[in-house]
Amino acid sequence: MANSRSMAINDKLGQTERRDSWWIEPLLSGLGLGLFGIYATWAAFQGTNFEWGPYLSPFYSPHINAPWFPLSPAFLILPFPLLFRATCYYYRKAYYRAYFMSPPGCAVGPAQKGGTYTGETKFPFILQNLHRYFFYFAAIFILILTYDALLAFNFDGRFGIGVGTLIMVANVIFLGLYTFSCHSWRHIVGGKEDCFSCDKMSKLKHGAWSRVSIINENHMRWAWISLFTVGFTDLYIRLVASGVINDLRIL
Amino acid sequence: MAEARLKVYRGDSGGGQYVEYKVPVEAGMVILDAIHYIQGAYAPDLAVRWNCKAAKCGSCSGEVNGKPSLMCKTRLDDFDLSEPIEVRPIKTFPVVKDLVTDVSWNYEINKRIVPFTPTNTNTDEWKIYQDDVDRVQEFRKCIECFLCQNVCHVLRNHDKKDLDDPKHLFAGPRFMVRIASLEMHPMDGANRVPFTKNEAGIGYCNITKCCTEVCPEDIHITDNAIIPMKERVVDEFYDPVLMIWRKMTGKK
Ligand code: SF4
Ligand code: SF4
Ligand code: FES
Ligand code: FES
Repeated sequence: MANSRSMAINDKLGQTERRDSWWIEPLLSGLGLGLFGIYATWAAFQGTNFEWGPYLSPFYSPHINAPWFPLSPAFLILPFPLLFRATCYYYRKAYYRAYFMSPPGCAVGPAQKGGTYTGETKFPFILQNLHRYFFYFAAIFILILTYDALLAFNFDGRFGIGVGTLIMVANVIFLGLYTFSCHSWRHIVGGKEDCFSCDKMSKLKHGAWSRVSIINENHMRWAWISLFTVGFTDLYIRLVASGVINDLRIL
Repeated sequence: MAEARLKVYRGDSGGGQYVEYKVPVEAGMVILDAIHYIQGAYAPDLAVRWNCKAAKCGSCSGEVNGKPSLMCKTRLDDFDLSEPIEVRPIKTFPVVKDLVTDVSWNYEINKRIVPFTPTNTNTDEWKIYQDDVDRVQEFRKCIECFLCQNVCHVLRNHDKKDLDDPKHLFAGPRFMVRIASLEMHPMDGANRVPFTKNEAGIGYCNITKCCTEVCPEDIHITDNAIIPMKERVVDEFYDPVLMIWRKMTGKK
């Protein structure tokens, strides 16, 4: 067979013959992730104003009382969702494109030069293979946040609904959709089977797999919506708790 | 009559340049029509590979204004005709002449994949339900246009095509699709998971999804073939709990 060297091997970063605005997508996703990162770090450092009435910020849930820990308790919690999202198949695409420029767009020259690329075969990126374990933790967090959302209906022993309640409920719904549309979960519940009709169990697995597949198609959408709602929930509770705004009671 | 200007790559393995041609535009015209017009009117020696003109044979892959696309599926009315349209051969494989490239590397990869290996060779006893073949049918739509192979940065920019050294080889998205279609087949008994990791180099894919973006058959290459194969590789090679479980039970 003849030499099959690619003609694009020496393309420089950003070099392309494309004329459309391919750079808008990585730019927006890079900005979105960056802004969330800055806000979340700032909010985690605060250590105050994360609860008000029956509301508790997702950044500070579950309640941890750790006097031995020098930083705010958010730093004991946030690594879990952070690692879950950092190893998520969708976010990997987003940040490989936006931050690592590997590649920044399709048919656009990447940041690394030819031979130096190792993809996900070497440390640290080989650890992306452990994503399913972070999924397990994320699933536990959904349970905790569901409990928090239920508590948000309890105003000093009386049933009530505030704007904060609605925000917390919406947040846990979107986080749930994000978490349970995970590709690893789709594999675990049934995707790993080769035969879906071979026995009773595999039929059940097919049902589970096809349901997860439906929400999995929009995994990227859930990733962004839930990233927004989780930040917004913290912000709302923070503003109420610090007295900047008043929580509106609906019921 | 409206007129389009096409800058077409003319050259061979030694190099080449763009040559501009004027083409009268007719309703519904695609890039391949314009190329045929150029052959007829100005350049009978312009080389292009095509067969069906119906986006089904996968022969006419090229790059139009930098976008990997089938020339027969790319309409002229999608372009601003005040500027010339650039048509070039796919970049990842070597040019033979003009728009024709040598994609034989792909056939070498294909030969390395263990073919369908039925668990039961008595086909009369086969009973396959639709649920079992839904996934595989999506993959069977592949027309082997190799646009996904062309756009994949692992092959395109990092040239992981060394057939003699698995350390520098990535089989590419099209063959991840083929591997997935065999691995998910209910009647197949072979295990290609170690091959997928060690020889097909699935770890090189960083799931940036360009293959999915260009596939003319809308195969969800990344979500439905590559990611599920990555998860199967995790089962066999990276999941510590499953590894201990296999040690303890001696099961596969
Ligand atoms: S998703 Fe993987 S196989 Fe597809 S283009 Fe990107 S790196 Fe290549
Ligand atoms: S998977 Fe799609 S893009 Fe790749 S060769 Fe097949 S049809 Fe073409
Ligand atoms: S793939 Fe995105 S959360 Fe698992
Ligand atoms: S000519 Fe057959 S796909 Fe374009």
